[in-house]
Amino acid sequence: MRHLMSPLDFSVSELEKLMDLGDDIEKNPQKYAHACDGMRLATCFYEPSTRTRLSFESAMLRLGGSVLGFSEAGSSSAAKGESVSDTIKVMGAYANIVAIRHPKEGAPLVASINSDVPVINAGDGGHQHPTQTLTDLHTIRSLTGKIENLTIGLCGDLKFGRTVHSLITALARYNNIRFILISPEELKIPDYIREDVLKKNNIPYEEVVSLEEAMPKLDILYMTRIQRERFFNEEEYLRMRGFYILDKEKMSLAKEKMMVLHPLPRVNEISTAVDKDPRAFYFKQAEKGVYIRMALILTLLETEFKAF
Amino acid sequence: MLTISGIHEGYVLDHIKAGMAQKVYKDMKLDELHCTIAMIMNVHSNKLGKKDMLKIECPIGSINLDVLGFIDHNITVDIIKDEKIIEKRPLHMPKLITNVISCKNPRCITTTEQELDQVFFLADEENEVYRCKYCEEKYSR
Repeated sequence: MRHLMSPLDFSVSELEKLMDLGDDIEKNPQKYAHACDGMRLATCFYEPSTRTRLSFESAMLRLGGSVLGFSEAGSSSAAKGESVSDTIKVMGAYANIVAIRHPKEGAPLVASINSDVPVINAGDGGHQHPTQTLTDLHTIRSLTGKIENLTIGLCGDLKFGRTVHSLITALARYNNIRFILISPEELKIPDYIREDVLKKNNIPYEEVVSLEEAMPKLDILYMTRIQRERFFNEEEYLRMRGFYILDKEKMSLAKEKMMVLHPLPRVNEISTAVDKDPRAFYFKQAEKGVYIRMALILTLLETEFKAF
Repeated sequence: MLTISGIHEGYVLDHIKAGMAQKVYKDMKLDELHCTIAMIMNVHSNKLGKKDMLKIECPIGSINLDVLGFIDHNITVDIIKDEKIIEKRPLHMPKLITNVISCKNPRCITTTEQELDQVFFLADEENEVYRCKYCEEKYSR
């Protein structure tokens, strides 16, 4: 039995197979419509989420399975002080697979150690969000054909954004990837990403402040939200919030085939006018997230359609 | 000249950095052994200038050398039996250490579920970096 805690839990070749399965599900949804008949997914969400939880639920429903769970800690036994270990021990009796989101880092790992059924980390604090990374990789591969020879710009909150850290770490395993890291001084990537991932693997990268300057060089622009909850000072948040706004004018500096991605939710960092630009793929990206989660569920449940 | 006699059975921990013997004693929980221990500090050393030493009279197998390897793998260990050195045991940084240090990340699950073992793994041997098994926060010495 396997769990998914980090995007690095799968080898590059396993990821390729998983994405192949995701592509096939997208093309032939009817083939998989009953693949999980009679099976149940438990979504144990100890903190709020819109996209991730509904994406998991949609994935299981499209496979013919059913879903149960809770969407905030207050409506579970956690409010009574029950530990993650105890909650998960009985989940095996209720569901065949569990997706867990928790504000405490490492909580999904504790769940996986105590679980009789596969556990998927659906986000743990600022630590990992592996299914978002799978979604990002799957989207990049779908749009470019192969994950290689790309200049990828990551823009916004590179300090606290867990999706950015996971994505850089995952992309570091592919050939000829270059990064342009676009952020204000205050929100640059943490040292451990710079030292342990980029420098250690000899990945070419540059750190810049100006989005305009970076635009013409990029094959992919991955925008991120400045997260209000990370700031102690509202004034500072408001200043940072307006630091990068991708609009039509900036898009005019980009390559004709550049792609804009965003893990969503968006606040104001991408102007809604950009949504109509054929290079805006962030809503498509959210849709891809359902297919890759379907592939993941089929694989972890070891169904006949498993990717590996 | 201060003279400390040899031991019949046990361990001599040598080449401890000067001033660190008390910390080693504490971190190794040697007080729980209830045996005879000599702590010798600021001894002249050709290699280190000054060094500390610990002589521990106890049955062989009583102390956890993995923990000692984590504290400082440059310490040298002589294992003594019948007043003779029967082995010079090299120390290595252990791959895993359990319940020796605690995670300081306030967002780590170990802060709320305190029955969990505190487990750290060796993430980077060259730079001697240990990370929490749960949240992967780096342990700062």
